Amino acid sequence: MNKKNIPILSCITGGKGGNSCGSMFNFKYLLLAATIALFIIMFGIGSVSFRGFFSLKVFFDLFIDNPFLFIAAIGMTFVIITGGIDLSVGSVAALTTMITGTLVEIHGVSPAVVLPLVLFVGSLIGFLIGIMVHFFKIQPFIATLGGMFLARGIALMINTDSITLNNSFFKAVSNYHIPVIGNAFITINVVIILIVVIAAVILAHYTNFGRTVYAIGGNEQSAILMGLPVGRTKILVYTISGFCSALAGVTMMFYMPSGNPLHGVGMEMDVIAAVVIGGTMLTGGSGYMLGTVFGVLILGTIATLINFQGGSVNPWWIRIINAALILVFCLLQILFEKKGRKIAKS
Amino acid sequence: MADLKPIVEMKGVKKSFPGVQALSGVDFRLFEGEIHAIMGQNGAGKSTLIKILTGVYKADGGSIVYCGSQCRFRTPLEAQKKGISTVYQEVNLCPNLSVAENIFIGREPRRFGMIDWNKINSESEKLLKRLNVSIDVTKLLSSYSVAIQQMVAIARVLCISSRVLILDEPTSSLDEQEVNELFEVLNKLKSEGMAILFVTHFLDQVYRITDRITVFRNGTFVGEYLTKDLPRVELIFKMVGKDISAMSAMPQKCLENVSDNKAADSLLEIKGMKKQGSMNEFSLDVQKGEVLGFAGLLGSGRTETARLIFGIDKPDQGECLVKNELKNISSPSDAIELGLAFCPEDRKTEGIIDELSVRENIILALQGSLGIMKYLPRKKQDKIADEYIKALGIKTADAECEVRTLSGGNQQKVLLARWLATKPSLLILDEPTRGIDVGAKFEIQEFVMSHCKEGMSIIFISSELEEVIRVSSRVAVFRDRQKISELSGNDLKEEKIMHTIAGGQ
Amino acid sequence: MAGYNLRNIMGKISKGFSSASRSGLLWPLIFLGLILLVNAVINPGFFDIEIKDGRLSGSLIDIMNRSSYIILLAIGMTFVVATAGIDISVGAVVAISAAISAYLIGGTLVVENGVQQYVSFMPMPVAIIAALLIATALGMWNGLLISRMGLQPIIATLILMVAGRGIAQLITSGQIITIYYKPFFFIGGGYLFGIPFSIYIVAAVLAVVMFLKKRTALGLFIQSVGINKTATRFAGINSSNIILWVYAFSGFCAGIVGLLVCSNNKSADGNNAGYNMELDAILAVVLGGTSLAGGKFYIMGSVIGGLIIQSLTTTIFSIKEIKPEANLVVKAVIVFVVCLIQSESFRKKVAGVIFLREKKSL
Repeated sequence: MNKKNIPILSCITGGKGGNSCGSMFNFKYLLLAATIALFIIMFGIGSVSFRGFFSLKVFFDLFIDNPFLFIAAIGMTFVIITGGIDLSVGSVAALTTMITGTLVEIHGVSPAVVLPLVLFVGSLIGFLIGIMVHFFKIQPFIATLGGMFLARGIALMINTDSITLNNSFFKAVSNYHIPVIGNAFITINVVIILIVVIAAVILAHYTNFGRTVYAIGGNEQSAILMGLPVGRTKILVYTISGFCSALAGVTMMFYMPSGNPLHGVGMEMDVIAAVVIGGTMLTGGSGYMLGTVFGVLILGTIATLINFQGGSVNPWWIRIINAALILVFCLLQILFEKKGRKIAKS
Repeated sequence: MADLKPIVEMKGVKKSFPGVQALSGVDFRLFEGEIHAIMGQNGAGKSTLIKILTGVYKADGGSIVYCGSQCRFRTPLEAQKKGISTVYQEVNLCPNLSVAENIFIGREPRRFGMIDWNKINSESEKLLKRLNVSIDVTKLLSSYSVAIQQMVAIARVLCISSRVLILDEPTSSLDEQEVNELFEVLNKLKSEGMAILFVTHFLDQVYRITDRITVFRNGTFVGEYLTKDLPRVELIFKMVGKDISAMSAMPQKCLENVSDNKAADSLLEIKGMKKQGSMNEFSLDVQKGEVLGFAGLLGSGRTETARLIFGIDKPDQGECLVKNELKNISSPSDAIELGLAFCPEDRKTEGIIDELSVRENIILALQGSLGIMKYLPRKKQDKIADEYIKALGIKTADAECEVRTLSGGNQQKVLLARWLATKPSLLILDEPTRGIDVGAKFEIQEFVMSHCKEGMSIIFISSELEEVIRVSSRVAVFRDRQKISELSGNDLKEEKIMHTIAGGQ
Repeated sequence: MAGYNLRNIMGKISKGFSSASRSGLLWPLIFLGLILLVNAVINPGFFDIEIKDGRLSGSLIDIMNRSSYIILLAIGMTFVVATAGIDISVGAVVAISAAISAYLIGGTLVVENGVQQYVSFMPMPVAIIAALLIATALGMWNGLLISRMGLQPIIATLILMVAGRGIAQLITSGQIITIYYKPFFFIGGGYLFGIPFSIYIVAAVLAVVMFLKKRTALGLFIQSVGINKTATRFAGINSSNIILWVYAFSGFCAGIVGLLVCSNNKSADGNNAGYNMELDAILAVVLGGTSLAGGKFYIMGSVIGGLIIQSLTTTIFSIKEIKPEANLVVKAVIVFVVCLIQSESFRKKVAGVIFLREKKSL
């Protein structure tokens, strides 16, 4: 009835017309747009400054060289949307490579058996962490910290040195090039990235599981009272993250056939950085998989830019630039949130 | 109206927690096509009973019969699936999801195994139309007012095709207009055969909309009555268990303390203060020893005014004079130093420090005013705490108990004690009796009156006009973020104030 | 007579137990005791303390000495965690502090009066103060981001953690700077009255902190901020300043550790100094009973937590059959065990299983 529409209208038009509180809805798209814009700008700067930067090869290399970051970051995105965090990603990836290295090289087990096994192991670690976080109410930070120590320790106990994979399967996969256009090619890892991203998007936006993930991040208490399967979902996100960490380890081996207990040291921070830069808020409840993809692309572009610059730049600047980016994006998120709240109030 | 058999019948339900017998053998019946209220003071067992019915708690004894058969719900989800749904005071939905999604999440319609967003959006619009609400369902829930959010919560309940709807304090955050709209919807649902259970502290609303009332007291069942057959005084008597006709007599107001010499006795004077998005320009003054009431609907700016006075928010412009001297109050500590105190509306998030002890909560503001270095010796702390526990009648095992173990009314008293300990000249109370049982309500009102007799000034903010009129010597009326008028003397009547709010002068 | 004595003793023991458990120190102490016991069984002579060259030495002294890093960091971290925050940048600040002191001291060979001597680049006190000031300033940077800008603690300190190593490397120009200036070695490696100097440093910091906790309202305010920041602010307490200073203090502690590390290693490695120390510090705090959710905190608990971690490491390294890498695995298991014990839901579930027959009203 007309009577009802008036208060609603005033909410929408903010009483003064023009500013709509629907901008709260838009600001998350805005963050995503900022991320994508940043990537385009950085790629543009590179193209203008360096010869040979603006090429399909450089673009594809962003994917070819960082499959582990992409996949681990997708898994991490799910966890962060629920308001948690996973510090174990790098260590689980390393453990995966060590188990594979030992079983395949030293014990001669076929990769067809080992690969599914390590994916299962990663998922199992994630599952156990999920149980600790949900049933025993241990904070995600400390539970995954323990997982990180555990996985890294076991990896080092298997062998303190790296194990080179001479297995023909790994060599074949790592050398396989899929031609795309002209001389540009992609690797099998890139195909894996694509599959993971598509699966993640479908999971996040078109399944009950995905929507429950967002609901938990929005208000876990409400989600429970609304009858959503919160426990199951929380345990599942950590399982997914464990699976993605293991898959990241597998792509590491496809990239460079070796098992190394020191793989991915510090990788969790890069992954978190990529997720944050991609527009996902650490407080949970919002974020897009696509944003994470662009977050990794941005980190990759920075590294590429520094590479192109050559030896005159201290590589440690990468760290400082990454840190500055995280800072800027977090401040942006806070700014948008404050503005959104102001508009909704009036 | 009443069917022959109740849809819900609970008999002899028992429930206890460590140290507390919450329910000792209570009965309850609910029929289809009726609106039924459970009344009782805080701690009477109302919410415990509801939590047992909806599967949050497990009863220690007794029987629950739903739709003719014995049942026991293990989780809220189970209860929901069988048709019992609850809409809580804090609208337990997810603010970061869209309206449509909040309605359908958990049972989204699918197409080829994937969520069908178009269907979700169109179905939600239909559901909301049933409740006379037309909004953009794709926008986030957080972009709508609490009243709308409650409608969304009810729409979700309809989506589940519930037969029993439980509403827990649904009107606490609604203004008059929104309450009318809610009651329209409830009556519509009732005519469609829904069984509605209504929990509220507002006596007016109970008499407006309910058909039947069940009264609990201290975990026991007192009786079930038809609303039209139960006069108010008797209801309160059954809830409180004692004759409170003495309580409802008008206590003496502090009119004697307010002298004619306005300038000399002015405690606080605000000139031309305003803040964008918070309050339009306003001026007010408070005399020594008087109680100034703030009346107005929800969202009219009373709390915002208090926050500006106390230094929580910074004004864009305006002057503030304390005891006729110009002062700049830019933070709560400034205000406290000048002798102001503020008891906020939301005691859970803005008031009590729940894991700290009663003693620590009481001395907190006092210690804050002394600073870090001048630590109050433990003996002094104990003395202060004991003094106020006695003076305010705070029910606690001892001063070292964590505040979160206390009931709502006692937590409010601890908060009051905290501010009294700073011996303020002006105490601002924002909804001090909200969510508190009738007995404690009167205690706090009495306390307000007695302190103003001793020379303390009080700003009393409340949504209950009756209460405001009872304690104040002057009432400032607010509407839509503006102070529109001040009433005193013979104008202090409910109709006059409501008239002023509505727009007459 | 004997019966009376026994009752007396039991009474005293149970009083001791209840006061220890109320102060939250019970479990950490038991844990530490267990580890020391294991050591006593496995390592004969573990508890021996000898005096060599006027210095106390032995495994116990060793543990106390080496644990100074973790304990100092954990003390700073305890306050941060109590405000419901976290500081994962301390490792990076350690590296920066070490780098600065190494850079400013260095040590060039000089001949004076025919005697070869090492002279420091800048006077040692200047270098020390500079390192501590900068470390504190970095802590304040964190504090400002968190209290004024509203960044979440983990992300604000993550930024410094990521950038910090880069900064440390810039200071040392990617090299490992070696220090030759002898007086500087005293800080980490010197002995005073037979006891390692580092223990004095820890004791001094501890004394100041305990004084602040008992004689000022700081403890109350910090707990209050950690439990409910808004309510604390409304009570007239400047929550923002308190948060600012706890992070500054955490930075200060990391600065001290940087000096110790640099002094002990006689060098500064921007890449490896302070590596993983933040995790050990957080672990020590959690072991000590302070909850990551903020609120009540236990300084002595964190100290014991630090001792536990160091004793663990020492124990594992001393057992030849176990690989040194097992240290990480053991730490992980300890984390899980302690957290499970601290978790109410775990205790309830275990109690539910054990007392299956008993009817308990829960």
